Parts: sequence; structure tokens; C-alpha cells
Amino acid sequence: MTSPSSSAHEETKVIDGVHYHQYDVVIVGAGGAGMRAAIEAGPHARVGVISKLYPTRSHTGAAQGGMAAALANVEEDSWEWHTFDTVKGGDYLVDQDAAEILAKEAIDAVIDLENMGLPFNRTPEGKIDQRRFGGHTRDHGKAPVRRSCYAADRTGHMILQTLFQNCVKLGIEFYNEYYVLDLVMTEVDGVKRPSAVVAYELATGDLHVFQAKSIIFATGGFGKIYKTTSNAHTLTGDGVGILWRKGIPLEDMEFFQFHPTGLAGLGILLTEGARGEGAILRNASGERFMERYAPTIKDLAPRDIVARCMVQEVQEGRGAGPNKDYVYLDCTHLGAEVLETKLPDITEFARTYLGVDPVVEPVPVMPTAHYAMGGIPTNIKAEVLSNNDTVIPGLYAAGECACVSVHGSNRLGTNSLLDINVFGKRAGRYSVEYAKTAEFVPLPQDPAGPVRDMIESIRNAGGTERVSALRKELQEEMDRGAQVFRTDESLGQVTDTITKLREGYKNISIHDKGKRFNTDLLEAVELGFLLDLAEVVVYSARNRKESRGGHMRDDYPLRNDEDYMVHTMAYLTGDASSEHAGDHIKLDWKPVVITNYQPMERKY
Amino acid sequence: MAAATQTLTAADAFTITLIIRRFLPDVDDEARWESFDVSVYSTDRILDALHKIKWEQDGTLSFRRSCAHGICGSDAMRINGRNRLACKTLIKDLDITQPIYVEAIKGLPLEKDLIVDMEPFFEAFRAVKPFLIANSTPEAGKERTQSVAQRAIFDDTTKCILCAACTTSCPVFWTDGQYFGPAAIVNAHRFIFDSRDDAADVRLDILNDKEGVWRCRTTFNCTEACPRGIEVTKAIAEVKQAVLRGKR
Repeated sequence: MTSPSSSAHEETKVIDGVHYHQYDVVIVGAGGAGMRAAIEAGPHARVGVISKLYPTRSHTGAAQGGMAAALANVEEDSWEWHTFDTVKGGDYLVDQDAAEILAKEAIDAVIDLENMGLPFNRTPEGKIDQRRFGGHTRDHGKAPVRRSCYAADRTGHMILQTLFQNCVKLGIEFYNEYYVLDLVMTEVDGVKRPSAVVAYELATGDLHVFQAKSIIFATGGFGKIYKTTSNAHTLTGDGVGILWRKGIPLEDMEFFQFHPTGLAGLGILLTEGARGEGAILRNASGERFMERYAPTIKDLAPRDIVARCMVQEVQEGRGAGPNKDYVYLDCTHLGAEVLETKLPDITEFARTYLGVDPVVEPVPVMPTAHYAMGGIPTNIKAEVLSNNDTVIPGLYAAGECACVSVHGSNRLGTNSLLDINVFGKRAGRYSVEYAKTAEFVPLPQDPAGPVRDMIESIRNAGGTERVSALRKELQEEMDRGAQVFRTDESLGQVTDTITKLREGYKNISIHDKGKRFNTDLLEAVELGFLLDLAEVVVYSARNRKESRGGHMRDDYPLRNDEDYMVHTMAYLTGDASSEHAGDHIKLDWKPVVITNYQPMERKY
Repeated sequence: MAAATQTLTAADAFTITLIIRRFLPDVDDEARWESFDVSVYSTDRILDALHKIKWEQDGTLSFRRSCAHGICGSDAMRINGRNRLACKTLIKDLDITQPIYVEAIKGLPLEKDLIVDMEPFFEAFRAVKPFLIANSTPEAGKERTQSVAQRAIFDDTTKCILCAACTTSCPVFWTDGQYFGPAAIVNAHRFIFDSRDDAADVRLDILNDKEGVWRCRTTFNCTEACPRGIEVTKAIAEVKQAVLRGKR
């Protein structure tokens, strides 16, 4: 058997047990954004992709419903309408220059994928088919529009496979099951500059230093700060946490999206595409309650609104089931054929995990933690910022880990598969452009030292706290106090719990002391990132005393543009291990970029 | 309404026995079976039971997992002698009066507990040129057209998540490590029958090799093992037909 594009790597130096590699561009993460960047950069530079998973395991593959682009294949549409919907959907906290790029470049992004081989569903004329999705409208909110390009209800799967296939075609070098745990910054002329990343190889326990001219973070989200989530076990925010610990600010962390239709009790995602195809949300009495809240587009209102309405229905006693704690997603009128051909995966999920057949009975659903709107601040070239506007040369971020901000305070469905393609491609392009003229930043002495110390201190820790117990308490507490509805009191309680858990984390121990495939050790490392990020989420949320998009404060139920029409910027300052969040987190604001659309009341 | 949507209480939990084939490379010379009693609910998945063991009893137990709902393909393993995804196998669908046997998938080098070396599997995948090869250049800024019927021909094989459940259920693959295996053929099928692709002949040549499609003995293990419901054996048969008679 021959292998046209083996994943063999070049010989590398080994010094004191640490492996040293050099690339023009290193990409951390092999989901949609990372692999799209690799495809863009690969033909023009030496590119290495480092991923904690095999690329096809990445959570891009779990995305279902589609990718928005105003192709106008099935009805009139325009990128300008898409821009407006994105801005309004994000409750005006979107940077409008970035949203315009997203909507304009969407069209090429979809065509790129089709040309790479993605098997989109087709119209009778053989063009890419499109369907409706929440918050996507014709002519500035007049009616739903068919904008989402899709491949059944496995669009993310097909994007991930297609990108991986094209990486194989290009012979991209992957380092699979390597956990990047540190960004190395070297002081040059009094300025700290990124020079490398340090990775832990799961199979061996060896450390690797990847020196690069350009470094792209494409590490995805951190939904595992919550218990009820559509996110994979591996979405622990390592990349975002690494940059946070390096003093790079995090933007808009209080805005977390709760997807309306998670399987009740489990959080497994059922695509909004179901409602795009005509499914309806009903309360216990069978009422189509979204008609009351969003009379124009009803069940296709944006996710923040639908999730809130569902919780409100339950809180006011109209929930279904023995405990009246969920609502129904009714697909029964769609018919078996639509379900089997356009929504086969979610039909199977309901059957497998709830024993409910969507063809004949409604499916119990409740909101599930789904997507971080906030993250690493970047500009429209995917360059990472060290404050409101200073670029860190050679450092890039794209996808869910980044905050451009095209999603503002609430992301529209289908805009994340779009985001990873548009800004993944941009990260690839601009990182190569930079690497062509830049020199390697020299490595400091023993660049792997801090990671070695962290790993060894966890491996040898002799404490009494169990990692899984701390993590469970964090996740349950975040569900309780920092979910769809928040108050100062609920967030205060979560803050206290996190403070306690951070103390507990200093007193852990693990079972597995081995070198090889030590997932016990890595779960402990991941918990450290989860705790750091949850603290930033809650601290930022407590400070925003208004309700906007995905951030709903029961004690401040209205949007307040006068005081809060600004992005939150959180900075790690002082002693990171100090007890109280206020002792090591400093908050600041960043203006929103407004071009064409002044904030208006958000009605659907 | 289904049990999963009712609130489960401690009273609904019961104890099952999992017998897991362990191998800790730092300690063990060879694999050994180890028994664990674990408290579960009927709607729990085998993955939940494994997590409970890892998180509450033995942190050294090692396995891969990510999405936990059957789409990432990380957690293929042998459960009571059948290849399944741990996250798609519910306790209620197993006979819990007997211990449940869990071991790594067969035919790939064992690394640790339920973890195998996936590299030979991906090497076979890469060898069939699993990417679109088109001679025509689409009009700038336009998609290639494809009819609904043309797309339907290869729809089934686009579902593959590369979990290796099929390949490692194949008796031919167990005895002949050189055989491409079902998953690689499925991924070749996905492009051979794509109307936009122009390299079917190249892939058919590769699969006409002595380690190619002709090694398939049509035992249907692969079809039974596929967690995505792909008709794997049928896809292999279609590739065999195409080798003999051409693609159409």
C-alpha cells in the first residue's frame, strides 16, 4: 500500500528530551477554522497543524444546519441584507465592518467549499439548495429568507471532511493528539513577542517546541464550563486560556449562546434547520408560543430570544412533561420524507437518546450551552490584539476562540460555519503574508520549562481533591447561576463557588502517573483552563448591568445603549493565583464599530 | 413519554458489571481483563459508564472520546464482541444480567486500554485519494452543478465519520494488515460516484490491487458495525462492479 501524502514529519532536534520544530506558520487546532487556514497557507509556506484530536474528531463536525451566504439561488437575497441581519441578530454589539466582510465573502466561501468537493444539497436545477434559518430575513426583517446552504443536517460534518480531504490532497503536516499548553513569548527590544508554542504529545508524554514566524490559534470554544451543553468533552478552551494566562485580553466573554433546541436533559443539539424546514415549538398545552413573542418570524427568531421564551414558558408553568420542565419541538407535520432526507441525523438522535420518534411525536427540548460569542480579540485580518487596537505581530486567531466581532452579543445560526471559513481563510492568507517577510523570533532559554513544571506538579500532586468532582461542581453551578437568565445574586454565588474551586484545584491529585496516553493528567490541565475562563465569563457578566443578546439580566431587563453599547475587555493583571477575581481581573471597554446601522429596538 | 425525559432519581440507578480489557504499557506485559461494578441508569451510554469508572474508581482507565453523540468517531470499541460507538450504545439495549465485555477494536496495534494506533487506518484512507479530482475548472465564482439524482448516488458514503468500526470488524483485515479495509473503500466510493470527479479510473486501479476490493468476502460485518447506518458492503460491491464494468 502506498501513501500519497503521509503524515511523516521532518527530522527534528531533540535537546534534553524536548523536540524542536520550525515552521513558517503553525496552526493550533484542526477544526474548520484551522484547516481552512492550512489550505490557504499550505501552498505558500511551510505549515504545521497541531491538534489535540485527530482532525476529523473536531467539533465543527457536529454542526448541522448550514452555512449562510446570500447566493440567491432560490429567492432574492443580498449580502447587505445578510449584514443587517447579523448586526441586528447580535443586538448591535457587532463590529459592522467585520460583519460586512463576513456577509460579502460568504458567497466565495461557499463556492470554495463546493469547488473543493463538498456535497451540498441541490435545487432541481442542480444549484446549491438553501433553506431558512433563525434571524435571516429578506429586506431588513420583512420575512424569513432561504439563505442557509446545507448538506442534509450534517453540514458541519461535510465541511470538516471536505477540509480534511483537501489537507490530505495538499500534504499538510499534522501533529495529531498533541496538546498545545503554552505560547512562548520572547522579550525583544523590551517588547514581548510570540516565538513558539509548546505541545504535550499524548502518545508519549514528550514535550515539543514549535517555533514559528506566524502562529494561528483556532482552538474552538469552551462550552464545557457548563453541564448542559452541545459541546464535546474536549471543548475546554485551552487555546483561549493559554492566551489569557499570557496577558492577552478576552473580549465579550459574558455573551454565551444557549441553543434553544437541545434534547431535554441531555443537551444534544437538534438543528435550528428543523424549524427552518417548518418545525414548531409548543408548550404543554400545544400552543405555538413563539407567535406571542415574535409575531413576524415566530419560531425563526434568533436563538437568544427563542431560548429566553422557552425558559419563560417553563418558569410560568407552561412546560411539558412530568416536571413541566421542557417544551416540545414538533416536527410531526413535516412528514417522514423530509425528516429522513433533510434531517436524518437529528431524527436518529431523538430516537437513540430519548426513545422519541420525531415522525410521530413531538421531541422534548430545552436550551443548551452552545457557543461563545466572545474570545480572543482580533481585527478583520485575524490578527490578535493586545488591547483595543494594538496588533501583536505574528499572532492570529480565528473561529469560535476568536472575537472579531461578527456575532456581537448573539450569533445567528449558520454564521459560525461561515465565520470559520471566512476568517480561517483570512488567518491563513495574512499569516503567510507576515511570515514571508518576518524573521523567527529567538527562543528564550528552556522554552518548554513552564509546561514541564506544570505537568510535573500535576503528576506528582498529592492532594485530596478529585478533578472530576471539581469539574462537576463548576458545571452544575454555571448551569444554575450563569445560564439563560442571570442576576447579580446568582452570578455572585457562582463567583464564590469558583473561588472555592480554584482553591480546591491547588489541592488535587491524579491516579495515572504514566507517560503514555495519560488522559487523566490532561483532564486536570483542562480543568485549570475551564476554571480560569468560567471566572472571566462570570466576572464580565456581573459587570454588564443590562440585558443584551445572549446576556439576560433579570435585575436589568432592558438594553442600555447609553452605558453599555461597548465591548467588554477583560485583562489578567497582577497575581493570577490570587483568591478573588477582582484582585486579578481588570475590565475595560472597547468601542463598537458602527458603519451603516444605528442601534434600533430589536423586534421580530 | 420516554424514560429519558423523566427525572431519574437515585432509586432508578442500578449496578452493572463491566469487564474491560486493560493494557497499561508502562506496567503490563500483556493485556488482562479487569472487572468493574458501576452504578448507572438505563438511559446511560456505555461511555457514561466508562467515565464513571475513570472519574470515580480508576483514573488510569484510558479511552478516546469527544462529541459523545456519535458524530466525531472517537470512541469505537468492541462491546460484547461487536464494534460499536460507546456513546451510541445505551445500557438499556444490552443484556445487563450478564457482565458487559468492553475491549479495544481489533486489527490495529494496541496502545493502552481501549486506545489503538489509528495511523495504519488513516494511511489506507489517504491511499485511495479521498479528495475531489476534477479536470474542469468551474466558472469563476460559481458552483459546479449536480442534479439531485447524481448527488443521491453517493449520499450514503458521505456519512462516514472515519471511526474504523467497519474496518476493524472485518475478518480479512484482522488476518491481513495490508488490506485497505471497508472504510477506505467507502471513501473511495464517495468520490468514484461523484459526478463532479474525473479520477474514478485512478482509484479503481488502486482498488483493483491484490489488497483491494477483491479481498472482501462479503461477510457484512462492516455493514452491521457502521454506527452511521452506511450500507458498507453494498458500497464495496458497487466498487467491485465499477472495477469490472466501469463507473456507469
